[in-house]
Amino acid sequence: MDFLKNDAGDRGISARRRVGGYGWLPGVLLGIIFLWIGAAQGQFGVIWRKAVMICLECIGIG
Amino acid sequence: MNKIRLAVQLVFTIVTNGYMYGFMNGKIYQGNLKYMCVPGLNCYSCPGAVMSCPIGALQALLNQQGLTVPFGVLGFFFVVGSLLGRVVCGWLCPFGLVQDLLHKIPVFRKRKRLPFHNILKHGKYVTLVLLVCVGSMFLFSGFAKIPAFCKYLCPSGTLLGALPLLSRNELLRSQIGGLFYWKLGVLLFLLLLSVKVFRPFCQYLCPLGAIYGWFNRFSLVQIRWEKEKCISCGACERACPVALDVQEISVSPECIRCGKCVGACPTKCLQFSGFKAGSVVSGKKEA
Repeated sequence: MDFLKNDAGDRGISARRRVGGYGWLPGVLLGIIFLWIGAAQGQFGVIWRKAVMICLECIGIG
Repeated sequence: MNKIRLAVQLVFTIVTNGYMYGFMNGKIYQGNLKYMCVPGLNCYSCPGAVMSCPIGALQALLNQQGLTVPFGVLGFFFVVGSLLGRVVCGWLCPFGLVQDLLHKIPVFRKRKRLPFHNILKHGKYVTLVLLVCVGSMFLFSGFAKIPAFCKYLCPSGTLLGALPLLSRNELLRSQIGGLFYWKLGVLLFLLLLSVKVFRPFCQYLCPLGAIYGWFNRFSLVQIRWEKEKCISCGACERACPVALDVQEISVSPECIRCGKCVGACPTKCLQFSGFKAGSVVSGKKEA
């Protein structure tokens, strides 16, 4: 279980907490792919059409 | 650190709500920037809002497209969450700023948490599933498909959207009914509670916090704990506004990365960090 040691040789670190490194990178790449798919499906147009009109539900009268 | 964070919160809120014409005339911005979302909870019906609300956008897609995967908003959550995690809550959310300012009012004895915190903290996941997702698709009003979170709960919409709009728009004001008073009641309750308890909406109800909290464990921006420098004085735990212990700071979904622990640490063993190869971000205390 040496891979659970830190630089100081501490073994009291669970794998769950051994984060950092490149863990964020797949998330960003997946996000970019999702954004591209969303754009290709015209989803940003749906968002824009909703956002440029006063949302009556949001302000509590719809 | 607190002053820097307050400055960032103020600047970001002003920049993303900078459409002054809307405030003066009771109208909203209708330009192309609304194709994009802001990271925090910021109602797109706020007269000053220049971009869209991510939760509103998610509901708009679910309303329009039902069970079709809302890739556009999911992609946004993955990119922002993977980079920042709940830094968004601590540094960039306008409604978080409002709650922070109210919590500074020196009237009640302050509390970090509500009683039954460990049960109530799951409320934000319930809100996300029931109101934002299921509710928006088909649950409420038969199959009418409404943005249920915005309609029944969102206090940001009432504070940043409804109140400024209704104050300047006679036509809208004439349509006020029971729903508006319900939302106003929710807002006032949460604002009053914020004076006593640290960010009750963020801790217990915010669906955006539930989403970004999931990314906390592996996001780029972390608070790194150098265990070898730690003298176990407990200053970070006392400073943490959401009462996390040092081994939970940064990795817990509840951590909003406010940086109070970083400022409080006398040995500087807690530091904000971006990417650092092989770093141990947070460790476990020795028994």
